[in-house]
Amino acid sequence: MYAQMVASQPLKAAEEMSDAERAFQARIDAGEKIEPKEWMPEAYRRTLIRQIGQHAHSEIVGQLPEGNWITRAPSLQRKAILLAKVQDEAGHGLYLYSAAETLGISRDELIEMLHSGAMKYSSIFNYPTLTWADIGAVGWLVDGAAIMNQVPLQKCSYGPYARAMVRICKEESFHQRQGFDLMTKMARGTPEQKAFAQDALNRFWYPSLMMFGPSDKDSVHSAQSMAWKVKINTNDELRQKFVDQTAPQAHYLGLTVPDDKLVWNEEKNGYDFSEPDWREFYEVVAGNGPCNKDRLGARVKAWDDGAWFRDGLMAHARKRAAAKIAAE
Amino acid sequence: MTSNSVSSDRFNYALRLGDNALILSHRLSEWCGHGPALEEDIALTNVALDLIGQAQFWLGLAGELEGAGRSADDLAYKRDAGAFRNALLVERPNGDYGHTLMRQYLFDAWHVEVLAALTASSDPRFAEIAAKAAREVAYHVERSGELVAALGDGTPQSHARMQSALDALWAYAGGLFVGDEIDARLAEQGIAPAAGSLRPEWDRATGAVFAQAGLKPPASAFAHKGGHTEALGHLLAEMQFLPRAYPDAQW
Amino acid sequence: MSSEWPLWEVFIRGQHGLNHRHVGSLHAADAEQAIRNARDVYTRRHEGMSIWVVRSNDIVASSPSDKGPLFEPANSKVYRHPTFYDIPDEVGPM
Repeated sequence: MYAQMVASQPLKAAEEMSDAERAFQARIDAGEKIEPKEWMPEAYRRTLIRQIGQHAHSEIVGQLPEGNWITRAPSLQRKAILLAKVQDEAGHGLYLYSAAETLGISRDELIEMLHSGAMKYSSIFNYPTLTWADIGAVGWLVDGAAIMNQVPLQKCSYGPYARAMVRICKEESFHQRQGFDLMTKMARGTPEQKAFAQDALNRFWYPSLMMFGPSDKDSVHSAQSMAWKVKINTNDELRQKFVDQTAPQAHYLGLTVPDDKLVWNEEKNGYDFSEPDWREFYEVVAGNGPCNKDRLGARVKAWDDGAWFRDGLMAHARKRAAAKIAAE
Repeated sequence: MTSNSVSSDRFNYALRLGDNALILSHRLSEWCGHGPALEEDIALTNVALDLIGQAQFWLGLAGELEGAGRSADDLAYKRDAGAFRNALLVERPNGDYGHTLMRQYLFDAWHVEVLAALTASSDPRFAEIAAKAAREVAYHVERSGELVAALGDGTPQSHARMQSALDALWAYAGGLFVGDEIDARLAEQGIAPAAGSLRPEWDRATGAVFAQAGLKPPASAFAHKGGHTEALGHLLAEMQFLPRAYPDAQW
Repeated sequence: MSSEWPLWEVFIRGQHGLNHRHVGSLHAADAEQAIRNARDVYTRRHEGMSIWVVRSNDIVASSPSDKGPLFEPANSKVYRHPTFYDIPDEVGPM
């Protein structure tokens, strides 16, 4: 999802493990939290850095598609809500970077890896927001999918990550609701507004399904992440849950999910639905989505343009500290 | 003086306060997601959010005083540039982050004073909104003042950027203190402070910060005042696009 | 010299007279900026809160291997926990 392509490790069998690894796994199996500075397998640490880092990057790159409409929000109330929401995303990025920093990597190093392409962010943010209804669709669908992934992660095995998730889930409860509320206004508005709403659903439906990552059949490494409890549900489980929750909401809005094969299946107690185009997904992840260059370019520009500001404050702090010592 | 012109003066004054908050919050919102550090991005957006809230109050009051049934949103989204009453300073484009912070500090240092004076207004509606806004702005000016002082001191580059921002914005800041007949009439009735009366304290407060920062305000006393710069029309074209393109829509 | 702003830990006391509680971390160039950033990031600026910030590097933590000896004694003092005591129903909430 927000960390949809984290290559984890192949699952280690108990007999391949060292004593320390066995004891570590036993703690996780017993539901204990792993805390910073406690012993952990190097592969666990590396997997978490990648996963939390990717999650953090997704939050800050995720500011951009919605930020695209802040200055065009059509009422003062809508503008305040959207600003607060995009600001929350910066906060969530900050909490997540902090969690990653407990694993022995700095925020600047993580940001450098984002900018060089060594670390990814969620593919969804490489799609454009073309109309105001897209802001509704992002809140309703994208945040809806994110929440579905993040709620179980509150129980993940790494303490700082779990605690960041608790805080994020608490703050995020309003995000999906405001998106659905905006979508409702559009879907029940003028014929033009309704057309915008349908168009937004058409464009964001499949990219939202992609957020959960490729099918578990093709994701050979999730077993180890699940054993470590840094991944709680499989990609397919979450995707199914998302469709089951969202399809009736689309119906309520009077909108049509762009999938002819979407049909309730009594036997499995869930919807049958079409898979997204996974070739498109891999193209977007590889850098060929509609907005990859714009999104990363905007992040790099903000960082580079801000260097003098960060350096200036740091230089001032050093001068002041030196003056204080000299005075003592 | 007729009561009609008093109410029109109050309407215009509420518009000025509301338009200042509205236009400046809009400028700050352009930074959201593009700030120089996550903490700073979040902090500046807090200021933008405070100002949008203040704009809603002042423009709501303006609509009431006018009595023509216009809401805060109507005033924000359905007036053209010529009907806007904001200070020129707040519509100036963001420039680099130092420029944005300098504009903010010059405005905040004035804002905190005008609001303090308004809390003693003989019109309780002005006093009430001002009291609420003053609490928020007390923090704005503390924040922007400390950043201006630190960046003026920081590196040669940060110093140069802050000095050039101060040079570029100085004459626009001066416009905050040039009053007209509306100011004069409202001051006479104890509704609002006389524009020029705020200058000595502003000079003292900003002077202290500039001294810490090692920045020199330009010697010129020239002040831009009245009308608008070219920048406002572009800002409004963007801000008002949706309600203007789809006038029948509810959002 | 690294130009990365140092990391700070943030502790906040809410409005109800509780202890300061660790709420998270942030980066800032100096203590003053850390306090302001903490207000903006972790309280979204509710007034009347008390904030402590401390450089993460200055935190001294018990090392994980000490976990047994340091914490065992407290764990055995069950009388410190309120649920150790049976309060008769007629006494009411306590």
